[in-house]
Amino acid sequence: MLSYTLKRILNAVVVLWFVITITFFLMHAIPGGPFTGEKNLPPAVMKNIEERYKLNDPLWKQYTDYMVNLGHLDLGPSFKYQGRSVNNIIAEGFPVSFQLGMNSIVLAVVLGIPAGVISALKRNKWQDRTIMFLTTLGVAVPSFVLAAALIHVFAIKLSLLPAAMWSGWKFQILPSVALAGMPTSYIARLTRSSMLDVLGQDYIKTAKAKGVAQYVIMYRHALKNGLIPVVTYIGPMAAGILTGSFVIETLFAIPGLGRHFVTSIYNRDYTVILGVTIFYSFLVVALNMLVDLIYPLLDPRIKLGGKQEG
Amino acid sequence: MSNRLIVLAIIMVMLGTMLAGCGGSASQEQVMRLYMGAEPETLDPDKATGVPDANYLQAMFEGLTEMDGEGLIVPAAAEKWEVSPDGLKYTFHLRANKWSNGDPVTARDFEYAWKRLLNPATASTYAYMLFSLKGAEAYNSGKGSADAVGVKALDDNTLEVTFEKPTAYFLALCTHQSTYPVNQKVVEANGDKWAGEVSTLVGNGPFKVTEWVHNGKLVMVKNDQYRDKDKVKLARIEWILIEESGTALSMFENNQLEYVWEPPMAEVERLKKENKLQLSKLFGSYYYEFNTKKAPFDNPKVRRALALAVDREAIAKNVLHDVHKPADAWVPYGFTNPITKQDFREEGGALFQTNVEEAKKLLAEAGYPDGQGMPPITLLYNTNENHKAIAEAVQEMWKKNIGVNVELVNQEWKVYLASRKSGDFQLARAGWNGDYADPMSFGDYLLTNGGNNWGRYGNPVYDKLIETAQNTNDQAVRMQAMHDADKVAIEDMAVLPIYFYTEWYCLSPKVKGLIYPATGVLNLKYVLIQN
Repeated sequence: MLSYTLKRILNAVVVLWFVITITFFLMHAIPGGPFTGEKNLPPAVMKNIEERYKLNDPLWKQYTDYMVNLGHLDLGPSFKYQGRSVNNIIAEGFPVSFQLGMNSIVLAVVLGIPAGVISALKRNKWQDRTIMFLTTLGVAVPSFVLAAALIHVFAIKLSLLPAAMWSGWKFQILPSVALAGMPTSYIARLTRSSMLDVLGQDYIKTAKAKGVAQYVIMYRHALKNGLIPVVTYIGPMAAGILTGSFVIETLFAIPGLGRHFVTSIYNRDYTVILGVTIFYSFLVVALNMLVDLIYPLLDPRIKLGGKQEG
Repeated sequence: MSNRLIVLAIIMVMLGTMLAGCGGSASQEQVMRLYMGAEPETLDPDKATGVPDANYLQAMFEGLTEMDGEGLIVPAAAEKWEVSPDGLKYTFHLRANKWSNGDPVTARDFEYAWKRLLNPATASTYAYMLFSLKGAEAYNSGKGSADAVGVKALDDNTLEVTFEKPTAYFLALCTHQSTYPVNQKVVEANGDKWAGEVSTLVGNGPFKVTEWVHNGKLVMVKNDQYRDKDKVKLARIEWILIEESGTALSMFENNQLEYVWEPPMAEVERLKKENKLQLSKLFGSYYYEFNTKKAPFDNPKVRRALALAVDREAIAKNVLHDVHKPADAWVPYGFTNPITKQDFREEGGALFQTNVEEAKKLLAEAGYPDGQGMPPITLLYNTNENHKAIAEAVQEMWKKNIGVNVELVNQEWKVYLASRKSGDFQLARAGWNGDYADPMSFGDYLLTNGGNNWGRYGNPVYDKLIETAQNTNDQAVRMQAMHDADKVAIEDMAVLPIYFYTEWYCLSPKVKGLIYPATGVLNLKYVLIQN
């Protein structure tokens, strides 16, 4: 277990290094820089700016400087938002995105898994058909359409909830639901198919033949195994949702981190592009690792370290 | 993510808003809530560049001069000034005023701010605004010294400015944020961080910042230290800092905002019908830039033919919903001639009209009868629905009217800028906004060696006229020279003007006394909220 974890951590460091390096050189390869504007600046002015932000250093030097600073967990200053550091931007945006994301993940798990179980148990009955219809819709309808519909109904028609901004629990409801729509549906469908798979297994039939109560079969035998694909999905999904959604944050005017993934590229705000990419990659890698460590708790057949028993 | 889908989604929200209508909340509170674009890049006047930032700063600071509702330059922080007969020396006399922290505002704060703007270490984008001052450009390029720069506080209330050459538009420059003073004590004590913290964001204007939630809101209250505080009616200003103007419009229609800057174009027709849309002058121009160094656009006849074949009225009506005005010259509306007090453009009138017959004739003379033999042409624009719609309309007009086929190419904003700057284009969409209220902010653009003249147009006659205007303080001579230059530019069709920008916005009828100059920077000092 320990050596496995260490190996994974080492692995993760290499992955992160790859991500940083590739992002660094790719982003410098795109035409235009952070200070390319419609107005052409006099050469002296441009030189002063490049000097200040060390943009006239050779690329390899900018890269090594960046890596050294990163070693001190310093992600550098933003080029666009003068006087603000990338650490500061992440520290301010992430808690908001995290709150919103947690709401959505909890919603998705609490609604999605039971819906999937019910669907599997009532296969081809009306309950199953209804849930499958709704979840097909949920997977197919993009979050911003759902968001627009929610704003229309709950904010504008019924005036129950605010249409935008972020300053209290009331402001969290609509964006959380809008963001949860897709993962909820996906989790429900995933749970259903894997439950159906598990329910057809011999050991379930054996349990049934032995007269074990239905809920015990469901809870103790079927669900645990049935949830493995769901847990696999939740790991990376959580990383994506927790770091914020550009569309939802834009539509609801939420001051989260999600916007920076997109706007930093438009702005060629190099340090912000790298900062949020590193942060996101770190979360994905960490959560995937966490998921892998959880597997053996769910299914004793899975052993860490590679050896599998039949 | 498809932009079109997002727009669609926003339209759905808008439709909903329309159906729901709006209930009235009758409050006499002197609070104004505005949407003026996203998070400021900085609130340091020596560093700010964006339109939103300029607006936030206008509420917090006061320059030597400001623009009134008629577009004329009037005294602000300076009470009066004298200009030497040769126009090379201005002496400003300041009004007594205090910073929002209680310190007195002195001429030294202006001197300090301007030298800070020009200091190469500040790396300010707008340093060039003061390049006409003596020794300014040398100092900024690291060749001179701060002491040699032509700005000097003679005493607490007197500021002396000396120039390399006459700068007749200098008083207009003094409305720009880059010329605002900064509090020397506060800036020196806090370094560049002073503009990032509410506690050190000290200004000399009618309002002061009390709260700044990044990507949330920027709150200002009336500055009790301000010299002219009795004229200030608003107790509080809230700027919401969000990316999406569609969201801001929903908030406006739910009485959560009193002002929305540039609501989505897709909503304009409806807003006009409901009497919610307001327009005001803005000095900006939208045009197609010819690469005059490459065939076929090295030939003025071809340029002229293409321009005459574009029905700009139709574009303004059908694509731009009559928000923007069709352009019929190079210099746009919004500049006031200080002699006649008339709008420079209205004075100059239309310099060309759509004329398909003439266009065909010119094209034949250039050796491309009915577009035959024309090399393949591509029109470059930055990715955007509106630019696309205009480009398609123009493409269709050229095909139908003069048989010229054009291929459309779009690029992401910064890629497009890089292409334009490197001259890697034949024909490109472009836009230009004046930095200050004088036609010169357009005039010097088309100089042979103009830093922004990426189409590399050049005509010694044009250069001579602009030079004449640049070297005199006689406004009558200046204005005439710039009118003549404007005619030369259109005769040569240096660029293809499509439309003149107009500022479009939603403003609650409760808001009285708003001054909206053509700089696009709101003056909130005299605003009163009244039902």
